[in-house]
Amino acid sequence: MKHTPRKATLHVNQNEGLIFEKSSAGKAAWKLPPLDVPEVDAAKLLGASERNDLGNMPEVSEIEIIRHFTRLSTWNYAIDLGMYPLGSCTMKYNPRVNESVARVEGLANGHPYQPEKISQGALQILKTLSECLIDITGMDAITLQPAAGAHGEMTGLLMVRAYHHAQGRPRKKILIPDSAHGTNPATAAMVDYAVENLKSDSRGMVDIAALEAQMNEDVAALMLTNPNTLGVFEQQIHKIADILHAKGGLLYMDGANMNALVGKVRPGDFGVDVMHLNLHKTFSTPHGGGGPGSGPVAIKKKLEPFLPTPVLTAKSDGTLGFEYNRPQSVGRVRAFYGNFGMFVRALAYIQANGPDGLRQTTEDAVLNANYIRKGLEGTYDLPYSTPTMHEVVFSDKLQAKKGVRTMDIAKRLIDYGFHPYTTAFPLIVPGALMIEPTESESKEEMDLFVEAMKAIADEVQEDPQTVLDAPHSTRVSRLDETAAARKPVLRWKPVV
Amino acid sequence: MRYLPKSPADREAMLKAIGLRTVDELFAPIPAEYRLNRDLKVPRQMAESEIVDYFRQRSRENGEGYTSFLGAGAYAHYRPVIIDSLISRGEFLTAYTPYQAEISQGTLQSIFEFQTMICELTAMEVANASMYDGSTAAAEAVMMAVRLTGRRSVIVARSLHPEYREVLATYATHQGMPLSVSGFGDDGRVNLKELEKSITPETACVLIQSPNFFGTIEDVAAIAEIAHKNGAMLVVSIAEAVSLGIVEPPREADVIAMEAQSFGVPLGFGGPYCGVIATREKYVRQMPGRLVGQTVDKQGRRGFVLTLATREQHIRREKATSNICTNQALVALMVNIFMTVYGKIGLKELAKQNLAKTAYAAGEFAKQGKLLFAGAPRFNEFVVQTKEDPQAINDRLLEHKIVGGLPLKKFYPELGNAALWCCTELTTRTGIDSAVKSAAEREGSLRSAKEESVEEVAR
Amino acid sequence: MAYPTDRKYTKQHEWIQASGSTGAVGITDHAQEELGDIVFVELPKVGAELAAGKSFGTVESVKAVSDLYSPASGTVTAVNENLVTSPESVNKDAHGSWMMKITLKNPKELDALLSAADYEKYVTEEGGH
Repeated sequence: MKHTPRKATLHVNQNEGLIFEKSSAGKAAWKLPPLDVPEVDAAKLLGASERNDLGNMPEVSEIEIIRHFTRLSTWNYAIDLGMYPLGSCTMKYNPRVNESVARVEGLANGHPYQPEKISQGALQILKTLSECLIDITGMDAITLQPAAGAHGEMTGLLMVRAYHHAQGRPRKKILIPDSAHGTNPATAAMVDYAVENLKSDSRGMVDIAALEAQMNEDVAALMLTNPNTLGVFEQQIHKIADILHAKGGLLYMDGANMNALVGKVRPGDFGVDVMHLNLHKTFSTPHGGGGPGSGPVAIKKKLEPFLPTPVLTAKSDGTLGFEYNRPQSVGRVRAFYGNFGMFVRALAYIQANGPDGLRQTTEDAVLNANYIRKGLEGTYDLPYSTPTMHEVVFSDKLQAKKGVRTMDIAKRLIDYGFHPYTTAFPLIVPGALMIEPTESESKEEMDLFVEAMKAIADEVQEDPQTVLDAPHSTRVSRLDETAAARKPVLRWKPVV
Repeated sequence: MRYLPKSPADREAMLKAIGLRTVDELFAPIPAEYRLNRDLKVPRQMAESEIVDYFRQRSRENGEGYTSFLGAGAYAHYRPVIIDSLISRGEFLTAYTPYQAEISQGTLQSIFEFQTMICELTAMEVANASMYDGSTAAAEAVMMAVRLTGRRSVIVARSLHPEYREVLATYATHQGMPLSVSGFGDDGRVNLKELEKSITPETACVLIQSPNFFGTIEDVAAIAEIAHKNGAMLVVSIAEAVSLGIVEPPREADVIAMEAQSFGVPLGFGGPYCGVIATREKYVRQMPGRLVGQTVDKQGRRGFVLTLATREQHIRREKATSNICTNQALVALMVNIFMTVYGKIGLKELAKQNLAKTAYAAGEFAKQGKLLFAGAPRFNEFVVQTKEDPQAINDRLLEHKIVGGLPLKKFYPELGNAALWCCTELTTRTGIDSAVKSAAEREGSLRSAKEESVEEVAR
Repeated sequence: MAYPTDRKYTKQHEWIQASGSTGAVGITDHAQEELGDIVFVELPKVGAELAAGKSFGTVESVKAVSDLYSPASGTVTAVNENLVTSPESVNKDAHGSWMMKITLKNPKELDALLSAADYEKYVTEEGGH
């Protein structure tokens, strides 16, 4: 191999087994205090409902648990290790002060049903964050309850449905561009809307003529990601909004790509009626290996009656509380009030930035994506030459001639110490390489990335097999996904 | 700005490389009339010390230092210190969904272990990698039963968490899923006769909670029998995961929708928590959410991958089992570590302590007032009916820095002056004694209810 | 690939082999090639009524799902249970792996389908997908 992988690959224990394989009777990592009330006879209290056997639950000691999970952790790539340009996921730095303040006692241990008079701290956080997000989006009101982006989409579309219903004109379908994230059509189906595909034009933007032709009074809303999944700002956004509004439709914005806009432009100002944010993307809450997310939904005034319950409100005595009596509400979308721990982190992020920091963050995110575009243009095919915002989408067209596809290049990138970009999405670009550096990358890190991508392009020409067999530096090589899907093994079982 | 790793010279050099002079040119695609020409109205940039101060201040306004008897779907259990030590590792904290299996084996293997332990505890064959929370997991489990049976109507136990019922109603609104509610009997459990009467050949599933909202353990076998002989499925919601240490899992269930918050997840004013769905292997293709499976790499070494992804939105789009994408992975990791710490013996002992504390507290309250649903086995919650409005009792307790049980009037007006109390291993005998004492402080506030309800029963 | 001439083909890449009043249905070798490693086949229930051109099931690879469309109208009389446990048979021998058998409601429907030669031509013209 010509190129030395940058990521450390050796570890004292690369063969850590499953925790169950370390278990043996009598080991323990727990200790309960002595009982200060009389012992009870569980059999007597529970009768037939008493459980006697916990099956194959492990029995291990504390040091084994620490080593087990620490060793597992070393098999993960993470933002803390290096650039993680996973397009549309906004893998930015997760500030540690966020984690610290989320663990302050009264916030971490607050019970959702504790009386409002001793919940003013938490409620104040909800209020301040709401106000910040409303100004950032240019909308009129917000609910923080949805647990993630897709949950926010559902909440938003429920409000769209309730709005049309209240107008006495229930509608049947949602228009979704072919470049959209899969959650958009899946959400529309959950809210019982038919999905109608909207074609993109040659510049990767909404085809205005097609929209005009498809827009009618059966259309409840257009779900638009802006900038879209190509990283392209929909320049005719207001025209799009006008076409929808003229026929009574609403404009839903998927805010997955809000990191390109904060402090520079506000969706509420360009005609959006309802949108969700992903706090785990734009507002730096950690992705945690796949969650928790948080998907607040911001809306225009006309949708306010339909907000899910409960709604945060200022009471006459100046204290904050929740209002439950909302006759036109779409109802409750989850128990309690949302992923509060993520609100704490998002607010801490906003405070650490302030207005100037948020603006600079957006500028840097867009600058970084354009820098990478410039660096790789010519080496990789750029299917849409439209200006790039926060992410850039290349295709594997040039490499495919040698039989190397986007996934192969992605796997080879691992050997160079980077997390791969998003592969094969958006669907309108065959063999897509979707790169989102975020603002968190220094010039040096991006120069290394561009070098790595160029080196791989050279390898594709000279020695494609090295790329096809990648990664070479990881603990395991490519895994057999076909076998996993044909005969699923979804849990460990003891050997008998 | 301290999070941004660039000097002005870097920015300059980058712009130059791109062939631009100013950053503003990057935003040229945005029509000028929509560009924001003022500062955002957000707090000014703060120092880290100021941010910490701000949240400490909010924390002091948020019930710090109170003794609480609240449960009702969110439980205060001890969180072993190593949970936060381990989940704070950047490799777990700052990774995303393990799409690239070769560099995500840590997350993948830990999810595989999580799935295994959830299966062991629930006596189900497969479990997913997590859902948003217990309420949305219950709604998704019901939609799964609707797909599996091809039937549409759903019977929901009134003893299911009221907010879970509300969430299901929201999810069901546009799915053409008629919901009906099945009431509870004198023992606080599903009224079997009523259930038997309301179930029809159109019933896709019966959704219950056990231990239910009142802390009472349902007769799962009897309910399952009614459901199954009518061709319906049984979906069981478990909101208090610690109960699984000492209470038989609902083995007769077809789908279990769980809230695993009790397993090492902070109360956090209601979230993030950790939902899970577990079911039989034969139903796995209708299960929503991510799944990790075991496989081998090119050299035959054991490894793990996300699998059966064709159920999911990024492939099946509008035909997916659910729109869920991001789940609660880091919270599931907390749950995973908690389950590993307590394990086979610890979970049982922990559950036993909960049982003992609750038995003691319920006994103390029963001396003074009326314990509702006393006839059925319960885990760590109980309902006390009083003469005095529980809100008034709680106001009095609050002065002693005690948060009393959850008043039930909002959810169950038919129970009159009733409140739902919860004890865990963290509840102390002293705490229980002072709560009972303060509650009974006002002459007859507890006692009279007992007499009154005896009369009611006599009628 | 030589397409067997004992059956008819659809533009959605299914084949149907009639025998008296029943027809066996599967997918073409071209289709399995396009799908890649097949990991799951979802088949209809015996007794299900199908209309020509309507979906009767799905076939899945690791990262794609495709609907299966019935080439003719009729009632399902049998499904190939072997494919549930061994979906890879479709990759190995697509033309030998029937998925379902149906009683043909209207055998004339088959006249409108493609012959082996026409299907081969269609696949070639489709642009080598």
